[in-house]
Amino acid sequence: MKSTLKKLGYNRVHKQMNDVFLKYTAKVVFLVIITFSINLFFSGHYTPGGGFVGGLLAAGAIILLLLAYDLKTLNRMIRIDNKRMITAGLAACLIVPILLMFFGNPFFTHQHMYLQLPVFGEVPLHTAVLFDVGVYIIVAATTLLIITLLASEQFMSDSEGADRE
Amino acid sequence: MTDILPILPMLVPFIAGIILLAIGRTNVFLHRVVASLTGLLLIIISFFIVAYVARYGMVVTHVGNWEAPFGISVVIDMLAALLVLATAIVTLAVVVYSFQSIGAAREKFFYYPMIMFMISGINGAFTTGDIFNMFVFFEVFLLSSYVLITLGGTKIQLQEGFKYFLVNIIASNFFVLAVAYLYSAVGSLNMADIHNKLAAFDGDASIMSLIAVVMLFVFATKAGLFPFYFWLPGSYFAPPMPIMTIFGALLTKVGVYAIARVYSLFFMDNTGLTHQMLMLLAVLTIIMGSIGAIAYSDMKKIIIYNILIAIGIIIAGIAMMDEMGTIGATYYLIHDIFIKAGLFFLIGFIIYRTGESDITKLGGLIKIHPVTGWMFLIAAFGLAGVPPLPGFYGKLFIVTSLFENGHMISGIIVLLSSLVVLYSVIRIFISVFWGESMDFTKLKPISYDKLLFSSFLMVIIMVAFGFGADFLYPLFDSAAQSLYDPASYSVYLLGVE
Amino acid sequence: MEILIIIVAGIMIGASVYLMLSKSLIRIIIGTGILSHGILLMLLTMGGLKRGGIPVLDDSVQQYSDPLPQAMLLTVIVITFALTAYMLVIAIRVYRELGTDNVEELKGVPREDD
Repeated sequence: MKSTLKKLGYNRVHKQMNDVFLKYTAKVVFLVIITFSINLFFSGHYTPGGGFVGGLLAAGAIILLLLAYDLKTLNRMIRIDNKRMITAGLAACLIVPILLMFFGNPFFTHQHMYLQLPVFGEVPLHTAVLFDVGVYIIVAATTLLIITLLASEQFMSDSEGADRE
Repeated sequence: MTDILPILPMLVPFIAGIILLAIGRTNVFLHRVVASLTGLLLIIISFFIVAYVARYGMVVTHVGNWEAPFGISVVIDMLAALLVLATAIVTLAVVVYSFQSIGAAREKFFYYPMIMFMISGINGAFTTGDIFNMFVFFEVFLLSSYVLITLGGTKIQLQEGFKYFLVNIIASNFFVLAVAYLYSAVGSLNMADIHNKLAAFDGDASIMSLIAVVMLFVFATKAGLFPFYFWLPGSYFAPPMPIMTIFGALLTKVGVYAIARVYSLFFMDNTGLTHQMLMLLAVLTIIMGSIGAIAYSDMKKIIIYNILIAIGIIIAGIAMMDEMGTIGATYYLIHDIFIKAGLFFLIGFIIYRTGESDITKLGGLIKIHPVTGWMFLIAAFGLAGVPPLPGFYGKLFIVTSLFENGHMISGIIVLLSSLVVLYSVIRIFISVFWGESMDFTKLKPISYDKLLFSSFLMVIIMVAFGFGADFLYPLFDSAAQSLYDPASYSVYLLGVE
Repeated sequence: MEILIIIVAGIMIGASVYLMLSKSLIRIIIGTGILSHGILLMLLTMGGLKRGGIPVLDDSVQQYSDPLPQAMLLTVIVITFALTAYMLVIAIRVYRELGTDNVEELKGVPREDD
């Protein structure tokens, strides 16, 4: 948008473009997308969805903010270190299977049960959800890390923790 | 017990990698401590696994408690156990070697976590009993290797790293294709189950020959067999020595292991085509490697081309698929992991000490480093296969098997290649350690005790490996059994329908 | 239906080979992406294309669709995603460091001047 404006003759557009519509809509749409991603995440057990898609969508929502604002503002809005998040996600992926292993089951043996709740009715509970939380975090953080790396000027040779299903 | 044990070689480095990531990039000392402790722990675990497998036979767990042909099984037979042990020892040596060689900048950029993830992937590929799971673990260690090869971001690393990506991504895609063909033809992904189904099948299985060719394309690219080795000398040349060591010692061996596993379990129907093809490629690899090893005067290149020769010799043993050949191949495989690591360490020491990798510019180092010089000579003899050292026994078995099966020319080429290997490595020894003394004031004042520790450790293990060959024979016999008698590998499926 | 999908996969793989043989880094990366998509189509076709119920969960389901190719497909998609992302990062690094995205010029040992 900046270059188009420059072509049109607006020379002094060095500073951040102040597109009010985009900024305002981005905030609202961000919430919508995040909600949808959480919905997708939880529906992922029996129907299409799950950690990977949900994580990608969450990353997409944050990237929308990045487009509307710039990297500096985004870092001030969301103070999360992506590398820490990748570590946390990997740990979340592993902790549950390891704990379950100590109950005498083979690795990755998941437990599940059905719970009767007053409002929601029958709700399935599954330990695999905790694994999926890890996947969600890793995918979102990795995507963000790579895109912010590509976006920032002085990016260094950095390694992503690599999402592992 | 049997539920936890087979998972550990894959799980322990992975956890260590996560811990290292969590520590962050400021505390390099803690990184070193955790990485080397993990190496030690891995050695202990894999020794225990070897002892356990030697005593009770194959150890199996079914991930997620799904029954065997349907879920993913982790199967450690003796071959996998020995490879895991060798991997663990090399890991520890590489980590210790890195302390004084890789440089603080790279250490801060998550060097140790990437090594750990890579070891996790390598161990996973060795221990899995499921062909698609093997693909996943291939991707895990390849992804880490992509990061490692470009870590630091010098120009040659980026340039060669990109080519390495491209070659490996294409090969990985064809791996998926091969798995897809296999799944549509056999309807199973568990390797032992595929073997049982194919053994019980008495129809036209000519589609398996096609799958064999696709699989060979994939694994030959990873292992560096004849037409597909073109990427190997360039890519392995680029990264710094410890990374080059772990690539040269372990990554190609995973490809060799995959070829051995897949060809012994799946393609026993039309061996006239598939195993002849393997044999031919192996011989051509040996010839090409020999030409390269003589042609260069750069130490790194010489050793890299020696990798190709060793790969060719191992594959020649595997292509025979009889008892003699596979025992020789497994023995030579483990031997080659140690000796390649040792040689890379030693020339790495020379390069770090002198700042030169061209042998014509070096000389007379034996006056300053006598022990290193003689160690290098022992390593060179070990690589070429001088009798009490282990290279000899491996080649003896392989060549005997080749002659017994009437492959006279191949046998002679394997024997002649020993001469080439000896010549190429002794050339390094003569011009670097003997000859005109170079300008000793140019030597870099680095501390090198840990570099020498790793190098000597590898050479000593190699020598012990040779002298203990008689004692170790039962282990290699049972390791080779799952190759020449694949029914013994799929025996864990007997209880299930 | 299977034949059609296989032909589509063939076209995609052909296109990817064309792209990968070109000289620009970005085209090569797009080529690898298309290659993996073509191969994923093959993978999906290999399980047989049919409609059916969910397996395992319900005993009464007679005609069920094969879940395994889809599970494998998902895994490969995730891996390809990570690979493509990292490859893009490296491609930009190559462009910044070596000053070219032409593969023809990525030969020999580059001069280190830093």
